[in-house]
Amino acid sequence: MLSTVMVEAAARSRRTIWMTLIGVVLAVVAAFAAATAVGPETVVAVINASIRGAIPIALGAMSGIFSERSGVVNIGIEGMMLMAAYVGFMINVGLSYGSVPAALQAEPVRLGLSIAGGVLVGGLMGLLHALLTVRFRVDHIISGTVINTLALGLTGYLYLPGATTGGRLPPAVTSPLTPDAGLFYWVGEIVLEKGLITYLTVLLIIVFTIALFRTAWGLRTRAIGEHPRAADTLGINVHRLQYLNLFFSGCVAGLGGVFLTLEAVGTFERGMTNGRGFIALAVMIFGKWHPLGAAAGALLFGFATALQGQLQFFNIKIPHQFVGMLPYLLTVIVLAGFVGRARPPAHSGKPYDVE
Amino acid sequence: MPTDEIVLEAIDICKQFPGVRANDHVNLSLHKGEILALLGENGAGKSTLMNIIYGLYHADSGAIKVKGREVTFVSPREAIHSGIGMVHQHFQLIPVMSVADNVVLGEEVTRGVLLDQTEAARRVRELSQQYNLAVEPGAIIEELPVGMQQRVEIIKALYRDAEILILDEPTAVLTPQEVEDLFKIMRDLSDRGVSIIFITHKLKEVLAVAHRIVVMRGGQVVGSALPAESTPESLAALMVGREVLLRVHKEAARPKDVVLEVANLSAHDDRQHPALRKVSFEVRSGEVLGVAGVQGNGQTELVEVLTGLRHGDSGQVRINGKDLTNASPRAVTSASCGHVPEDRQRFGLVGDYTVSENLVLNSYFEPPYAAPPSWRTLPLVAVLFAVPAIAIFAALAALWGEIQRLVVWPLVLSLFGITDVEAASRDAMKGPYLIELVETVVVALVLGYVAARLAFWLVNWVSKRGPAAGQTPRAGLVFNHTAVDAHASGLVAEYDIRTPSVETPGGSLSGGNQQKLVVAREFGRRPRLLIAAQPTRGIDVGSIEFIHQQIVAQRDAGAAVLLVSAELDEIMALSDRIVVMYKGEIVATVDAGAVTREQLGLLMAGAHAEDVLRSRPAASAA
Repeated sequence: MLSTVMVEAAARSRRTIWMTLIGVVLAVVAAFAAATAVGPETVVAVINASIRGAIPIALGAMSGIFSERSGVVNIGIEGMMLMAAYVGFMINVGLSYGSVPAALQAEPVRLGLSIAGGVLVGGLMGLLHALLTVRFRVDHIISGTVINTLALGLTGYLYLPGATTGGRLPPAVTSPLTPDAGLFYWVGEIVLEKGLITYLTVLLIIVFTIALFRTAWGLRTRAIGEHPRAADTLGINVHRLQYLNLFFSGCVAGLGGVFLTLEAVGTFERGMTNGRGFIALAVMIFGKWHPLGAAAGALLFGFATALQGQLQFFNIKIPHQFVGMLPYLLTVIVLAGFVGRARPPAHSGKPYDVE
Repeated sequence: MPTDEIVLEAIDICKQFPGVRANDHVNLSLHKGEILALLGENGAGKSTLMNIIYGLYHADSGAIKVKGREVTFVSPREAIHSGIGMVHQHFQLIPVMSVADNVVLGEEVTRGVLLDQTEAARRVRELSQQYNLAVEPGAIIEELPVGMQQRVEIIKALYRDAEILILDEPTAVLTPQEVEDLFKIMRDLSDRGVSIIFITHKLKEVLAVAHRIVVMRGGQVVGSALPAESTPESLAALMVGREVLLRVHKEAARPKDVVLEVANLSAHDDRQHPALRKVSFEVRSGEVLGVAGVQGNGQTELVEVLTGLRHGDSGQVRINGKDLTNASPRAVTSASCGHVPEDRQRFGLVGDYTVSENLVLNSYFEPPYAAPPSWRTLPLVAVLFAVPAIAIFAALAALWGEIQRLVVWPLVLSLFGITDVEAASRDAMKGPYLIELVETVVVALVLGYVAARLAFWLVNWVSKRGPAAGQTPRAGLVFNHTAVDAHASGLVAEYDIRTPSVETPGGSLSGGNQQKLVVAREFGRRPRLLIAAQPTRGIDVGSIEFIHQQIVAQRDAGAAVLLVSAELDEIMALSDRIVVMYKGEIVATVDAGAVTREQLGLLMAGAHAEDVLRSRPAASAA
C-alpha cells in the first residue's frame, strides 16, 4: 500500500510537469500563430504588458504565501503595497530635489534608497499585522482591513499632486540586438529590456520555492501553518517564526508596491494599487499556495490585463467596459473553478496559544 | 527487561488547578527498561503528572530527577534534551507532510542551507529497522492508518535519542490488531533499554504488557501492583474506589417484531470508494445486534446511511415498517430512532452549547421546549411575523400596480373606447378623488389580508419544518428555557452526568460525562431503535459500566439495539446476535453465545465463515 502511495505521488508530480510543458508549448505555438496574424510587434507588446501586469500580482501572491504558510491570513497585502508604493515614490521625489547632494541624486543611489525604503515600510506593515494577530489575537481579517484602511487613508491624505521625480528605473539590461536579428530580436525584446525589480521577482520566485520546500526554515514554516501545536511540542518557537515571516511577507508586498511607482508607472496616484493585493490573494489560491503556481496564475492574470488593453485598440464592436471586465471575470472563473480543489494550510487564520 | 537502575523519579509532586488538586504529593519512579503502567480514570491526574514531567506544566512543589540529577524543565525542549519523549494522545503530526519531514522537524538534517532529505530518509529507515517499526519514510502521514502514525510518533521520540518514552493513552485509537503490534513494539523497546510509561485505563492491556502498575485516583497514587498478582477486578476496584461490575448481567433476549430492516444497502465513502456492498440484516425489538469488525470496514458508513448522514447508492432501510432510505436525519429521529454517534465531539454534541441545550438537540422543536409565544416574547414574534408580511404585501402591491397599469386600465378604458392610456391616466389624476381613495383602501385591505395569511403560513411552515404533519402537536416559535432546564435536571440526575450545572458548556465536561450526556439525550426518549456506535470509546471504567447497563436496560424495555464497536469484548458482552463486517460486506451472522473471541477475530481479519465456524468445536475446546 505504501508503495502505491509513493507511485501515485510521483505520478502526480510527473503529470504536473507534463501539463506545464504542454502549456508552455501551446503558449509558444499560439504566440507564433498570433504573430503571423497580427504581426510580431503586437504579440511582443502583449507579452511585455503581460509581464508588467504579472509582476506586482506575483509579488503580492508571494507575500500571501509567506504569511498563510505560517498560519496568518493576510488580506492587508493591498495596503502594504500601497504604503510601500507611496513611500518609495516620495523618497524618490525627495532625493530628486535640486538641493540634495549630487551623490544621492545619482540614479543607482536614489532609486536604490527608494526601493529599500518602500520595501522596509512594507515589512513594517507586515510586523504591524503580526503584532495585531499574533500578540493581540485580533481576527486576521479585521487586522488586514485595518492595514488596508490605514494605508488608503494615510497615502490619500499625504499625497502631493504634481510631485515630480528624477525618473524611474531604467531597463537593467539593454538589448544589443537590432530588428535584423529576426526572431532573436523579438526574444531579446521580451527577455531583456526589463527593470531591476522584474528580474528580482523572477529570482525571488525561484529562491522562495527552494527555501520553502528544501530548507529547515521552509519545513518549519509549513509546519506552523499546518499544525502549530506539533511544531511547538518539538521546541519550535511558533510566534517568533510568525513575526519573521510576516516581516518577509510585508517586504515582498512592498517590493510589489514600489514596482508600480518606481518601475512600471513612475508616479503615485491615490489608491493606485487598484485591488491588485486582492487579486494576488486569488492568484495565491489558484496557485495552491505554491510560489510557482502563483507565478503562473499571475502571468495568466497579467495576460488577461494585457489582452484587454490590446483588444480595446482593435475595433471590436463590444463596449470597452465589457473588455475591461476580462481580468476580473477571469479571476472569478478561475476561483470558482479551482478554489474548491485547493487546500489551504490547515491552521491558517486561527490564533495559536502557547501553553 | 527492567533493571535496578532508576532513570526517572518524581518526588512529592503537587499541582493545583483552580478548584482541583490535580496532583497531591505524587511519588513515582521508573527503572531502566521498565514498562510502567499508570492506571487511572479520566481526571485522576495521570496526564497532569506526565505534562509536568514533559515540561508542559510546572509543578507547584516537588522535584523531578532524571538519572539521579534534579532537573527543572521550562518547556518540552529541555525534556527532549534530557532524553524524554512523549507520544500524545492526539498525535502531534502534520498530516500533509511525509514521515521523514515529521520526524526531523525541529532537528533537521541539513547540507549547507538545504535539507538533506536522503539522509533524513536513511535515518528514519535505520531507526525503523532497528526497533522493528516498519514505516516508509516517504509516505504522507494522512494516508497512513492510525497505528502507522503512532509508530511515526515513536520514531520521532527515538530520533531525538529518547530513553524514556511516555505513551499517553496509546491504544485509545487503535484496532485490536494494531494494539497487539504496539505491545510487541513496546516489549522490543524495553528489551533495548528504553523505559516506558504507559498511561491507560484499560485493564486487560495493563495486565498484558506492563512490568509494574501504579494506580492513581483523585490526584493521588493509591496503590501499585504487579500484573502477576492482579486481576482486572482488583485493579478496577483500586482505580474506581469501589467494586466494579466488569461483566454485564443480562437475561436471555426475547426478540419480538422486526424494527430495523436493511436490504441490499450499498454506499460509497468520502473518497468515493465502495464502502458498503449489498448489506442486509434486521434487528428485532428486544435484542442487541452487534456489528463487529476492524475499523474502516464500512461500519462508520453503515451507521451514517442509517441515520441519514450519508447518501446510500442502492438498497432499502425500513424502520418500524416505514421506508426511510436516504431520509433526513430529522425524519429518522422522529421515527423513534436514537443515535449515539462514534465521534461525540463532532456529531454528538455542540461544545459551546450548555448541557441543557445539548440535551434537547433532537427535540427542541417539539413541545414543551418549543412553546407558543408568551406575553414576554410577543414583541419578538410580532417582528418575526411582520417582516415577511410586509415583504409579501409590498410584492403583491407592486404586482397589483403592474397588473392595473398593463391589464386592468387598458381593458376598462377600451370599454369606453379610450386607447391613449397615458392621456387618460393624466386625466384621471384630475378626476374624482373619492373613488380613487376607496379603490386604494379596498385593494390595500385585500392585499393586506392575503399577505398576512401567507406570512402566517410561512412562519408556521418554517417553525414546524421537519417532522411530518400530524406527528407532533402544534409547535411554537419560542424556546422554553424553563422546560428545557427542567428536562435537563431530570436527565442529569437519572444518568449521573457530573456537571457543575445544566448551564455549563457541554464541551467542558470530561469525556465520560460528555458521552453520558449523549446517551441521556438519545436513551431518555425511550426510542424503538437505538443505534450506538463506539458508545464507550475513550471513557473511564465507571462510565463504561453505566452505559453498558443502560444499553441492556433499553433492550429489556423493548428497544431494538444496533451496537457498532471496535472493542471485541464489548460486542461479546452486550450482543445477542453478531454480524461481522469485512470490506463493506457482512461475512458472517452468528449467535453471540455460539462463537468464541478467536473465531470472531479470524472473521474480522477476513477468514471465510465456513472455515472458521466449521472448526468451532476445536476452537471452543481450546
